[in-house]
Amino acid sequence: MDLSRRWLSDYVDISDVSDKEFADKITLSGSKVESYAVEGEDLKNIVVGRILSLEKHPDSDHMWIAKVDVGAVSPLQIVTGAQNLSVGDIVPVALDGSTVHGGKEIRSGNLRGVLSEGMLCSLAELCLTVHDFPYAVEDGIFVLGEDCSRTPGTDIRTAIGLTDTVTEFEITPNRPDCLSILGLARETAVTFGKKMRYPEITYITAGENVRDYLKNVTILAPDKCYRYAGAVVKNVRIGPSPRFIRERLRACGVRPINNIVDITNFVMLEYGQPMHAFDLRYLQGGEVIVRNAAPGERITTLDDTDRALSPEMLVIADTEKPVAVAGIMGGEYSGIMDDTTTIVFESACFNGVSVRKTAKKLGMRTEASGRYEKGLDPNGCLTSLQRALSLVALLDAGDIVDGVIDVYPSPKEQTVIDFCPDWVNNFIGINVSADEQKKILEDLEFKVEDGKIYVPTWRGDVEHKADISEEIARFYGFDKIATRPLSGSATGGFSEAQKFENLIHARLVALGLTEVKTYSFISPKAYDKICLPENASYRNSIVISNPLGEDTSVMRTTALPCMLDVVSRNYNNRNLSESFYELATVYIPQGENELPQEKKTLVLAEYGEGRSFFSLKGKLEAIFAVAGVKEYDVEPLSTAASYHPGRTARITADGKELAVIGEIHPNVLENYDIGAKVWAAQIDFDLLYSLKHTLRLYQPLPKFPSVTRDLAFVCDKTEPVGRLEKLIAAAAGDILEKIELFDVYEGVQVGPLKKSVAFSLTLRAKDRTLTDAEADAAAQNAIRALAEEGAVLRQ
Amino acid sequence: MKEQLEKLRQAALEAVQQSEDLQTLENARVRFLGKKGEITSILKQMGGLSPEERPIMGQLANSVRQAVEESIAAAAENLKKKQQEMKLKAETIDVTLPGEKQPEGHRHPLEIVLNEVKDIFIGMGFQIADGPEVEWDYYNFEALNIPEGHPARDTQDTFYITEKMLLRTQTSPVQIRYMEKHKPPIRMIAPGRVFRSDPVDATHSPLFHQIEGLVVDKNITMADLKGNLLTLAKKLYGENTEIRLRPHHFPFTEPSCEIDVSCFRCGGKGCPMCKNEGWIEILGAGMVHPKVLERGGIDPEEYSGFAFGLGVERLAMFRFSVDDMRLYYENDARFLSQF
Repeated sequence: MDLSRRWLSDYVDISDVSDKEFADKITLSGSKVESYAVEGEDLKNIVVGRILSLEKHPDSDHMWIAKVDVGAVSPLQIVTGAQNLSVGDIVPVALDGSTVHGGKEIRSGNLRGVLSEGMLCSLAELCLTVHDFPYAVEDGIFVLGEDCSRTPGTDIRTAIGLTDTVTEFEITPNRPDCLSILGLARETAVTFGKKMRYPEITYITAGENVRDYLKNVTILAPDKCYRYAGAVVKNVRIGPSPRFIRERLRACGVRPINNIVDITNFVMLEYGQPMHAFDLRYLQGGEVIVRNAAPGERITTLDDTDRALSPEMLVIADTEKPVAVAGIMGGEYSGIMDDTTTIVFESACFNGVSVRKTAKKLGMRTEASGRYEKGLDPNGCLTSLQRALSLVALLDAGDIVDGVIDVYPSPKEQTVIDFCPDWVNNFIGINVSADEQKKILEDLEFKVEDGKIYVPTWRGDVEHKADISEEIARFYGFDKIATRPLSGSATGGFSEAQKFENLIHARLVALGLTEVKTYSFISPKAYDKICLPENASYRNSIVISNPLGEDTSVMRTTALPCMLDVVSRNYNNRNLSESFYELATVYIPQGENELPQEKKTLVLAEYGEGRSFFSLKGKLEAIFAVAGVKEYDVEPLSTAASYHPGRTARITADGKELAVIGEIHPNVLENYDIGAKVWAAQIDFDLLYSLKHTLRLYQPLPKFPSVTRDLAFVCDKTEPVGRLEKLIAAAAGDILEKIELFDVYEGVQVGPLKKSVAFSLTLRAKDRTLTDAEADAAAQNAIRALAEEGAVLRQ
Repeated sequence: MKEQLEKLRQAALEAVQQSEDLQTLENARVRFLGKKGEITSILKQMGGLSPEERPIMGQLANSVRQAVEESIAAAAENLKKKQQEMKLKAETIDVTLPGEKQPEGHRHPLEIVLNEVKDIFIGMGFQIADGPEVEWDYYNFEALNIPEGHPARDTQDTFYITEKMLLRTQTSPVQIRYMEKHKPPIRMIAPGRVFRSDPVDATHSPLFHQIEGLVVDKNITMADLKGNLLTLAKKLYGENTEIRLRPHHFPFTEPSCEIDVSCFRCGGKGCPMCKNEGWIEILGAGMVHPKVLERGGIDPEEYSGFAFGLGVERLAMFRFSVDDMRLYYENDARFLSQF
């Protein structure tokens, strides 16, 4: 909302308040100023001049030498190329050393040998258009009319009224009343302790009766149209509006068109009430019917677009067809034309939700719909209509027919709230007397009587005593409220789950992994990119019904695609080797009547120098270790679609899949345009949490020495070492403290299809020094156990 | 014999002096003091001397031996020192060579800032809560005093799953969920992801992070709100930070305000960071609307509360001078490794 200070000053006197002070204080009382600018501020040293004489330039066939009176002792000589000037014209003169719009500086100089002591200005050089001064020409010098000050030497901004300050407000959606000059004047008056005036509404009618022209107004959908008021103006005299209208509209960012259109816009800005003017000729049957659109009905709107209407949309119709989409835009013939003679002014109030839905569905938001959406006050319709008529009278834009038609089936009642000054004081933490509170409310035009507050109907946002407390607080001043530290005691802290997350994050970072954060939504094509089979259950995702695009249209059921995107981006940005992790949420659908299950999954990925399946597995083992998860099984997994069938493992614990780790399948790498091997792991974080064992109890340091036995076995090449390890551990018994693989050998010495694996066994008893015999016995047990499985001790 | 001894002393001391390494010195020791050494042999000849000469010569011989022994010891010490010096010198390394690269992991900058905020609130007795990201319309809007058709729904372009299910547009629904499960006194913050249908650019993202805060107790007023959030501002931006409350509108708080902090770059004098205003907006807040308390099952006549929300991306942008929000989700290691 752009506010003209000039217009505001018509209703509240703030001559003693600077622009900055105005912006600061009105912001702190609740109407937020985004910025403000003074019109014509960049124009310097441009004055009114009168052309005393015009002579042809001796050396040019199109230039003129003008003598111009600029109020100085002697006239200036100025060379101009303009062809629209006559002696006696009043024009803007940019003097030597002046600045015109755009920052261009003007200096005296010679033009084809003739001295020119300045420049005559066009509208554009003053940052104006013909809409601001309709009598001026677009491509020539701006010749000032009777509506400007014509005394030579007068500063041009003063002379043509280019001195307004335009303040841009951010009005919150609960305050449609402030989308108007009068609404902001009310706020201004209370903020600065001033009295507010209202526009004078007086007009004389020209007889006849409104029903002679507008036969009837019928509201068929009273749930969507609360009120419809109409009046008729005949013998319309279309012409430009006077300057006071044009300059106010300009400052508020509305282009002046002609007197009738300008009046509708002027009233909308002043009162916040959208108005429409229909040409009566195109109102078939001379009737207005406010109804839902009929199935299949269409309308061509003022912007020349043919639109399909649907039955929940409200239209203004005549006896035959819709002539406007209610509260949004008129139809093609509803506009005012040069030969329009009789018009109907509409001032109506429509249901905000209905306007909002229709505007959204038709994809057209207009100034009017933006206002209706927020819920306007039906009680304001008639005053606005009368204001429009009084402007018609003032501008002599036509003859006003007697009477108005005002259909208002159920008038809006005032909200009544108990006046509780103590409650307000306690709620806000202030001490403002009942009288002071009453004064603030009355200044805002609330009525306070017998312990009740009667809320003006334009304040639809006020319905509870908490709302009243806001009115008191913002005008008392938020800055005057005390600052009190929270009292009382409360126990804060991380929950068990949060502590566990912190622990894992810390370990991941210590392991050299960098955290990434990716979007929760992905493209459904991502499942193809990671080569999930067509029938994979992971493809069943929560689908966003109105996504920004396909790329972000489903909620991920796996975070692997997001991680591979990150790897791809980094790989292609020439980041040579990286290790990443994300603690990601995935969303598993549970049907329409239940929210999806939001599961946490930990995804790791690394590529580049020094990274391998085993470097990543080591990290995984470190995470399990810090989580205190010791019991888990690792087995080869050849069926994970995104992974290399021979280089992938499934890790299970407690019979459930805790993690999958492996090398990413080359097809997937190709889909992601990654030219390096990538190893990734996906861990069920919720399961990891349920298995955690983070309570640590001290284990006494060993008192007796350990004995080691190194054993090497020859077995089939395909034999998983993990299985042998488990067999040894089981056979060696309680005294086995640690088993460590220290060599794997394949080659001529063991023969084809075989390999040699060597383990180092650390044996120790808690209560005595182990004898060699005991250690040997344990080793023999292990050897026997392995021999049964075909792994022979290597001699 | 006397001359012989004197000569030996001379020769021995000379040999010791000329020894340039421990091996030569050892050779010299063997030559003079070894079992078959020259001084040792002389001492063996003592038996042939007269009883008068014997003690005199014995004394002399001993003093010669002692002198040689001492000299050898001193020389050995000296040589050892020299040898070590040489060894150390030979072991000199170029200390300006770079250190070996260590694995280097980083938390995401958004998490770093979030942790800072969590830390501050835990210190003030807050719990940390969370709630679902795919949420019911009821919790995201209805219960927060934003009924169907409310204009505020338009300002938060919502991603819908079904008519009733959506991606939460704010962390505020956690207020309701928390109140449903906890009775006052309540002090909680709820950080999390929120979603709005904004196309990606330098200052917008369809997904971003908020931190919701809620305090409910008896006699909570706006003075408590101001005090609590002033503490937050001071802890985030320094002791001299001030806050300014501007009236605003949120459907679920009344009164509502936006909170500015005095610019932490210029201290309020005006700079490009604060667009010359001296203030930077960081929070939205307000007194919990009585209707919202009721929805959470709390009697608004007995209890009152305040709530606030802040954007993590914005905080991080200020903290790290990041000028483009896209960087947070591109996850380029060259960006992430800076934090």
